[in-house]
Amino acid sequence: MAVLVYPENWDGKFKKLSFELVSYASKVAEMLGVQAVAVSIGSVDEGELSKLATYGAGRIISIENGALKSLDDQAYTSLIAEVAKSVSASVVVLSNNNTGKALAPRLSVKLKAGIASGVSRLPVSTSQFIVYKKVYSGKAFANVEIKTPVKIITLAQNSFEVIESPKTVAIEKSGIQPDQNLLRTKVTDVQKQTGKILLTDADIVVSGGRGMRSADNWGPLVEMAELLGAGTACSRPVSDEGWRPHDEHTGQTGKIIAPNLYFAIGISGAIQHLAGISSSKYIVAINTDKDAPIFEAAQYGIVGDAAKILPRLVEKLREVKSK
Amino acid sequence: MKILVCISNVPDTTTKVKFIDDQKKLDVTGIQWVINPWDELALTRALELKDDASNGVQTVTVAHVGLVSAEPTIRKALAIGADDAIRVNTDPADAYGIAAQLAEVMKTEKYDIILCGIESSDHNGSTVGGMLAEFLDCPSVTCVSSLKIEGGQPVISREIDGGKESLTVPLPFVAVVQKGIAKEPRIAAMRGIMAARTKPIRVYEPQAIENFTEVLNYEMPKPRAACKYVDAENAGQLIDLLQNEARVF
Repeated sequence: MAVLVYPENWDGKFKKLSFELVSYASKVAEMLGVQAVAVSIGSVDEGELSKLATYGAGRIISIENGALKSLDDQAYTSLIAEVAKSVSASVVVLSNNNTGKALAPRLSVKLKAGIASGVSRLPVSTSQFIVYKKVYSGKAFANVEIKTPVKIITLAQNSFEVIESPKTVAIEKSGIQPDQNLLRTKVTDVQKQTGKILLTDADIVVSGGRGMRSADNWGPLVEMAELLGAGTACSRPVSDEGWRPHDEHTGQTGKIIAPNLYFAIGISGAIQHLAGISSSKYIVAINTDKDAPIFEAAQYGIVGDAAKILPRLVEKLREVKSK
Repeated sequence: MKILVCISNVPDTTTKVKFIDDQKKLDVTGIQWVINPWDELALTRALELKDDASNGVQTVTVAHVGLVSAEPTIRKALAIGADDAIRVNTDPADAYGIAAQLAEVMKTEKYDIILCGIESSDHNGSTVGGMLAEFLDCPSVTCVSSLKIEGGQPVISREIDGGKESLTVPLPFVAVVQKGIAKEPRIAAMRGIMAARTKPIRVYEPQAIENFTEVLNYEMPKPRAACKYVDAENAGQLIDLLQNEARVF
């Protein structure tokens, strides 16, 4: 028996997200009294792979193959399923990110395993296997029982701390190779943004809404984000107007994020926007309307005009930085 | 080429959800039911592809697993422009149940492209599309933000962390689509609403499928502590609080 975890890599490197997943899986394994096994797919060197042991992976299995450079839902699923069977996994843990959303449902059918996605805590109980997850886009939570012998969990991003529990393990190179007949998607081009902090990775996010009034007023907001090492985001009307790019739209139908700190500037806090940001640890609201619903979600607030307040915040941050 | 769009029937996104029966059931009083927003975008894109005759899309069908009470939502999809609809007559216990029922129907009805929204706004599972693809043993592409047809073959763009990938995939396949797939959801015109009344809905009786998961009960989020206000004239104080009280940077 084991808990199998799939920490994804990005160009051969793991991220905080990968370590959160392994930390989570090793805690679940502890609850069950079994080992956490990590499976890595793609080209990752030994030094990088061994980092997974720092977060509690008791076994590390690496599947390397030139044909596995980009995600193929079907081929990756069959590889993970094969490893899951070979280690008799009773729980399989993936991230609730783009890759997890591609693989977890296919695995569910392949392994005849019930799935709970977007889980944000350790299981409530393991004898009767119950997990706690967000539903209705964060307007509520549910205790969900998974009834099958094999269970699949996708972990909500930024919902679990990394925990170091170092183990000494040898890295096992797996002989499992992808079935060429399953590698049917062909990536023809990759366009990557560079130099921009990814919203889903950012610890701090500075976000602007209609209260910013026009596309020309974003200067101080961007400067504040730079000073904080933060990502920039916006509400839906802003991306619909074309003031900011669509990939910055956070909210129910845009990106769903959970940073440590979220600045909602000139955002009234419509229920659809809150659905995308409500898992943030701290929310700061700046709005001219003292009755705006965003203040109900926020821990800190300033009632006033963003155009006047932002420069004051930037000035103060510069001062703090220079110390 | 035939396109299938799987649709979910969900509470309007502005709904304030409440639960009854010891927090075991959603209180449906006063809820407006709508097509799940991502599915609506998927349907819009399917219809856009059909509009351009050079793409060779003959029909756009919508499929839903649910009871007769969901028919107004299905009719809405027909009014927006779908040619016909499938309904599997059961109240599904979970996503696995939905995908399994749809896979059964696919044994008799064949489609070249199956579109599913990235998630439904009720259970936020992001699972039906991938499950259906695995049942059908066909490729799937997830987080699709653009879908075109060139020379009879799909050309796709999918979102990856910090960028996009372009890819091709043979038919048939499942595309799990997200924001960007269509600009604005298409709205039903009066002519469409009239036409929808007579468009066929094929009703299938369900297969017996065991449920893999069960929602035991719901909980409302814990209320956050009251907002602490900083005076606008003294906005810099906010930075002090974030640094020394919240300790977030």
